[in-house]
Amino acid sequence: MSLLELRELNKHFGGLHVTNGVNLTLNPGEIHCLIGPNGAGKSTLFRLILGEHHPGSGDILFAGENITTLKSFARIHRGLSVKFQVPGVFKGLSVRQNLEIALQSRHRGVELEAEIGRLLDFLGLESEQAQTAGNLSHGQKQWLEIGMAISLKPRLLLLDEPTAGMSPEETHMTGEMVQRLNADGMTVLAIEHDMAFVRQVAQRVTVLHLGQVFAQGSIDEIVADERVAAIYLGQAHA
Amino acid sequence: MTGLLAMFRRLEGPQTVGRGPAFWGLFAVVLAVALAYPLFSDGYTVGNTVYFFVWVFIALSLCLIWGYGGSLSFGQTAFFGIAGYGYGILTINFGSAYGFTLIALVAAVAIAALFAVLLGYFMFFGRIAGVFLGIVTLAVTLMLERFMAQTAGPEWHIGVARLNGFNGMSAMPPLTIPWPGEPIVLFADVGLYYLVLGLLVFVYLALRILMNSSFGNVIVAIRENPERAEMLGYDVRKYQLITFVIGAVLAGLSGVLYTVWGQYITPSSMGMTAAALPLIWVAVGGRSDLTSTVVGTLVVLAAFQALTIYGSQYALVFMGVLLVLTVLIAPNGLVLGVMNWLGRLATRFTQRAG
Ligand SMILES: Nc1ncnc2c1ncn2[C@@H]1O[C@H](COP(=O)(O)OP(=O)(O)OP(=O)(O)O)[C@@H](O)[C@H]1O
Ligand SMILES: [Mg+2]
Repeated sequence: MSLLELRELNKHFGGLHVTNGVNLTLNPGEIHCLIGPNGAGKSTLFRLILGEHHPGSGDILFAGENITTLKSFARIHRGLSVKFQVPGVFKGLSVRQNLEIALQSRHRGVELEAEIGRLLDFLGLESEQAQTAGNLSHGQKQWLEIGMAISLKPRLLLLDEPTAGMSPEETHMTGEMVQRLNADGMTVLAIEHDMAFVRQVAQRVTVLHLGQVFAQGSIDEIVADERVAAIYLGQAHA
Repeated sequence: MTGLLAMFRRLEGPQTVGRGPAFWGLFAVVLAVALAYPLFSDGYTVGNTVYFFVWVFIALSLCLIWGYGGSLSFGQTAFFGIAGYGYGILTINFGSAYGFTLIALVAAVAIAALFAVLLGYFMFFGRIAGVFLGIVTLAVTLMLERFMAQTAGPEWHIGVARLNGFNGMSAMPPLTIPWPGEPIVLFADVGLYYLVLGLLVFVYLALRILMNSSFGNVIVAIRENPERAEMLGYDVRKYQLITFVIGAVLAGLSGVLYTVWGQYITPSSMGMTAAALPLIWVAVGGRSDLTSTVVGTLVVLAAFQALTIYGSQYALVFMGVLLVLTVLIAPNGLVLGVMNWLGRLATRFTQRAG
């Protein structure tokens, strides 16, 4: 059975058809990358999956359950989790407290302390734990938010441009993080512009263009596709 | 047993300023002075101190909702007034025998809480947030003020309790504790002082524990980024509603204690000036910290009263100036600024000594 299934999803913003009959199926255990030019509707698709926006028509199925009308927090309880495009950390709180807030619903007391320590280690943020999250570098904020997202032990992790603002080395480290999570059984859907990252992690790639699924396949198939190259060439930067 | 210990450990934490033996030593000294003080003072002065203490609860309610929760409520006075009138109506109708005044105290606060559940549900689940929350809460308190102000006619009564319009209600019985032989009547001096002081210490410590608990974590998380909090699986609106109701209970407690203290309550207790003052106390003290709020409120109230001797218009201007200065110099609060500075000084001192 598929883990996530989008059926004929539609979303309008005024006259703008941002999500146009999207069908997408994610298999459990895969790393799937969602690419497409700026404004293609990638982040909007995430917000539909998370229940921040509601589709005009269509259905969202998660692990066989129709979650189309479920509230956001309830979808999180079902096993969804997200890192937003703009890092959504708790800026005024310490790194440690950020993680504590993410972990406290599953762990208590000494166990909670141990989990925080383990996550700090995984993210490479031990020496920053007392820092105010707002003072972190952009890349560190991305990692912190990834840490918060995975602390829920989600079945499906949504990452919206996880490597934006990272150096090539940091991008590579993030790729390794995602692969380690995936090895432990986490399914990942990542929006990404950085093709090195996509090449590193993606098992399957979907191209979104003007709110529609434009192409789908392995990274090699997508790179070889001239139609895909054409829509990217239409952009100032690709 | 371990649960109790874990609870007391929450008296300190990232959400509250003040930790370690130095802080709690100072706390013990202040408490001892507060306990001994009525023995060396006169009834009038003690009664006046009770008056100051009474306002701290509504200040703490704003600290909780605004400082920690990030929702600026401009209408805590609505709950203050509802509870105050509630106490008056109940006790004027049913008297003070059999400890009924204590029941009325609890019932009046419960009425305010119920009102907060309705209003809060409408606001938070209707997605009213930010500046609109301030506008709605202000409108509610001003509406209540207007409504109560026009109840002068004899047709406005609940049971035998006349609402009395602009003049307000008066002559409700003071809190009376049933006692074998003679019931203990808590007039606005030493008796009421110890009750209010006890409540104040209890509420202060309980809020410290609450704010450093996982519940408090969620509340500040919502202040920092409600979307992120929701995406960690927290039902944000439910948490906001609970915080709002706790705030209403505290504001209601202020209202009942105020009514008990002066044995009167008027519509202007829900008016514009009344609504604005707690905001100033809390902003000047330090809205995001409980201790700063308590200290700030007491200091500003004392200064305000001292200045009123020279004319209340000066006192109000002074309040305005104080607010502007706070916003310019220490946007997080003057008392909080001083406390953080003292904290840094102490750390440097102990580091040098060690
Ligand atoms: N809340 C909204 N109201 C109106 N229009 C919106 C809203 N959110 C997004 N849009 C529009 O929908 C389109 C798709 O936006 P979206 O953020 O989903 O794109 P994207 O593929 O994530 O782009 P990027 O790669 O730049 O992040 C854009 O034209 C955007 O301006
Ligand atoms: Mg986007």
